[in-house]
Amino acid sequence: MSVQQLSVFVENKQGGLAEVTRALAQEKINILALSIADTTDYGVLRMIVDRPEEAAEILKAQNAAVALTDVLAVKMPNHPGGLDGAVQALSKENIGIEYMYAFVCPLPGEACMVFRVEDREKAGKVLEDAGYLQLVTSDLYER
Amino acid sequence: MDREERYFQPDIECAEPEVLREIQSKRLREMAARCYDHVPFYRRKFDELGIKPEDIRSIDDIVKLPFTYKTDLRDHFPYGLVAVPKEEVVRVHASSGTTGKQTVVAYTQHDIDVWADGAARALAAAGCTKSDYVHVSYGYGLFTGGLGLHYGAEKLGAAAIPVSSGNTKRQVQILQDFGSNILCCTPSYAAYIGETCREMGVDTTKIPLRAGLFGAEAWSEGMRENIERLLNIDAYDIYGLSEIAGPGVAYECREKQGLHVCEDYFYPEIIDPDTGEVLPDGEYGELVFTCIGKEALPLIRYRTRDISALVREKCACGRTVARLKKLKGRTDDMLIIRGVNVFPSQVEYVLTEMGLEPNYLIVVDREGALDTMEVQVEMTPKMFSDSVKDIESYERRLAAAMQSTLNIAANVKLVAPKSLSRSEGKAQRVIDRRKI
Ligand SMILES: [Zn+2]
Repeated sequence: MSVQQLSVFVENKQGGLAEVTRALAQEKINILALSIADTTDYGVLRMIVDRPEEAAEILKAQNAAVALTDVLAVKMPNHPGGLDGAVQALSKENIGIEYMYAFVCPLPGEACMVFRVEDREKAGKVLEDAGYLQLVTSDLYER
Repeated sequence: MDREERYFQPDIECAEPEVLREIQSKRLREMAARCYDHVPFYRRKFDELGIKPEDIRSIDDIVKLPFTYKTDLRDHFPYGLVAVPKEEVVRVHASSGTTGKQTVVAYTQHDIDVWADGAARALAAAGCTKSDYVHVSYGYGLFTGGLGLHYGAEKLGAAAIPVSSGNTKRQVQILQDFGSNILCCTPSYAAYIGETCREMGVDTTKIPLRAGLFGAEAWSEGMRENIERLLNIDAYDIYGLSEIAGPGVAYECREKQGLHVCEDYFYPEIIDPDTGEVLPDGEYGELVFTCIGKEALPLIRYRTRDISALVREKCACGRTVARLKKLKGRTDDMLIIRGVNVFPSQVEYVLTEMGLEPNYLIVVDREGALDTMEVQVEMTPKMFSDSVKDIESYERRLAAAMQSTLNIAANVKLVAPKSLSRSEGKAQRVIDRRKI
């Protein structure tokens, strides 16, 4: 169980990000979640979109460097300590988190969290055992 | 494919060394007399050195003669060094003027024939025959590339297609529609045409293109492999410079073990650029040419500023004429960064060694008293990952490989795919901000 994440290389220069967002907007790709990892020279834009494979092709046709990665996405209960419980559970099992970001779940009243970890299967199981519900792609797009 | 070796003028290309020496000695004697009689600049130089044309008896006496520098051409701009009357001049070209003012080169009909011989020998050595179509994507004009290969193809009896440079999609269309067999252009443009084929979805195994002659820039073995793979051809180096004639002064055969020099027309020497002493065979130094076969601009010991070495052993292809080792680059292209000599071709080597395409831009700058070197490299699908950690580790490996080849630390900067400019002629690979 996983969600496909689309990443794009964005050079730090005027209009770099705009090229990506414009291309996706023109083809009516909906961006559900987004985070940017920044370095001095470039950024890696990571997105959860409604049609990841199609979006990847659109960007490739514009000469962009893209990658599709399976990431773990879970629902977060909307109360204090909701996130802490998940992070503690992963830490206890020595699962390192490479990066994570939150987004508003299409399911009403709840938040979602994307985790990028080395062993996705194991991390998924750990979180399920701790009571966190994993999301799959279809949860995100169908209401 | 037919692997039989082809020659255009085997009597010269495979001549016994003594026969070649006789020709060279005779031509040098005649040339020394002509220069002394018709070019005031050379008469003055001879007089200063206390030599007379009669002192030049054999090719070995060439070391007695003075060097000619690019600045001498500039100082006598445009026709001051021409050794024939105006009515004998049939063509004029100019050097590309990458460093400063242009220099003008004049040709008699004989000179055009000599040059065409060189280009025809180069085409034949690359396997070109009378029944081939030669696609010339060098620029036509003052630059010698286009017309040089054009006349060579016609002299060989092949069909020249004068496409000239530019409009790369149209180049690919013509490659397919006209059934071009041999491509001639700069190596960077060949790579660009290859990339464009791929982008247009053209299967290069299905077009008749078989070989290419690429010159006017120094290029690496990695670049050769890249072009050969992209275009599915054999890629050959061809050397020339407008001051001497144009492309066809030296060329590779199928052995690809150095460039055979047309030494019956252009006598090569390798010298120590600092002392002017001739270096032993096999040693790298500055390449010097004497145009023993030319009439209008018979340059004596012209300092090309190109770095190469000479090999005189007979080649497996049967040719006996001397070979130049693959050129390291022009001393003009050489960058001195923190006291270290750096050639852009070394960066190209590192990139192709790492399986990347040789698209890059070197930016040299100065911060305080310290030179800085940045190498911009295009991000590729191969290098890209959602993880910054992975990208950074790739960057570090690239920087480490640069350091070990260049002997100097370079800052690698990843830029967007296809964002570095592709060139239709000589590629711009260096921005040196220290000069501005
Ligand atoms: Zn050979």
